[in-house]
Amino acid sequence: MLNSEYVPIKMEEDLLLVRKCVRQLASSVGFGVLDMTRLMTAAVELGRNTLIHGKGGHMRAVIVVKDKAKGIRLDFEDAGPGIPDLDLALTDGYTSKDGMGLGLSGAKRLVNEFTVIPVTPRGVRIIAISWLDE
Amino acid sequence: MPEPLDQVLHLIFDEYQEQLLEKWVESQLHSDGFRSYLVQEDELREQCSSFVTLFVNCFSKKNHPDMTSDAWAPMAALLTDIAKRRTNQGFTPSETATFVFSLKRPLFHLIKEQSQADAKVTERLWEISLVLDTLGLFTTEVYLATREEVITRQREEMFELSCPVVQLWDGVLGLPIIGTLDSKRTQLVMESLLETLSSTQSEITIIDITGVPVVDTLTAQHLIRTVSAAQLMGARCIISGIRPQIAQTMVHLGVSLGDVVTKSTMAAAIKYAFEFQGLEVNPINK
Repeated sequence: MLNSEYVPIKMEEDLLLVRKCVRQLASSVGFGVLDMTRLMTAAVELGRNTLIHGKGGHMRAVIVVKDKAKGIRLDFEDAGPGIPDLDLALTDGYTSKDGMGLGLSGAKRLVNEFTVIPVTPRGVRIIAISWLDE
Repeated sequence: MPEPLDQVLHLIFDEYQEQLLEKWVESQLHSDGFRSYLVQEDELREQCSSFVTLFVNCFSKKNHPDMTSDAWAPMAALLTDIAKRRTNQGFTPSETATFVFSLKRPLFHLIKEQSQADAKVTERLWEISLVLDTLGLFTTEVYLATREEVITRQREEMFELSCPVVQLWDGVLGLPIIGTLDSKRTQLVMESLLETLSSTQSEITIIDITGVPVVDTLTAQHLIRTVSAAQLMGARCIISGIRPQIAQTMVHLGVSLGDVVTKSTMAAAIKYAFEFQGLEVNPINK
């Protein structure tokens, strides 16, 4: 359970906490400024999706280790309406609200691994992993 | 009758510790206020188990709970950890404190079972203790809510202070943005910028984002909107202070700022503004 953080996402201010928490974990693992900024940006995008489309939820951030490689896994979960068409949602420029339509696809490009899992009965879980390049 | 009660306590601590823990965990899992989505059962179980072990340990060393003493130091550390976790997990102060208070019921129950104490008296004592705990927790909640109000007010005041529009030169405005550019802030920034543009008749605005830690799609959208509003009023906009890591992140995100002039530093932006105005900075000839 050590080195894991839980952040509830209920309002816009919570995204500051998301960013701060990701920054702390990333710097403790040894991420450089660029990788840290990329991961923080992805976290804020996904967190905002959780807030706006998922009507609130939470983020879990954990340090992960695989074959000596260190990374950070971000786990966003909401109990919103879910994503009816994932391919469409991942299309650059497509938006169901009035955003730029780049949040989900952009966040995917900013991390190494990106998985979207529907949650039953409602909601979405998005897992994003960023590995530290040694 | 302090001595028999002490014996009962020792008996409970020695023989019934497991049972106490089990009852306590059960009662928390089944209480109305338990929020399974905030804390997992195994985490709760682990916290309860550590608490009971330490409680028995510290209590036998020193009856009076002095949290600064060596005897109670491990307990202070555990509670600090639990309280911090619960704050981040979204528990209220009362719920956090109730974690400790809720041990009383199973403990009192065991004492009642093991001692010859009057069942009615112990039951009544429990009720009184519950009432007082609830009242005490209520004052804590009010105290914290009041403090939070103060913090919210201060934050709002800070918001207004933190969007200054400065006149850098005749016809050149500077708008340094520090922190996060959310919807509320953008509204404030835009209002004060447009007002100053109209009152000073400036033709160039430099928006500096050196102090913005992350430019996500919403921040970019807010920037573009601010720029378009300024352009509608006939002003030219330059966005400065785009750091290398921000530039790279924006490219991967797929965000572009349209045809807005961008510069890496405020100095470069000022130079550009001077060129646009046909001005040149020269050393004084001596």
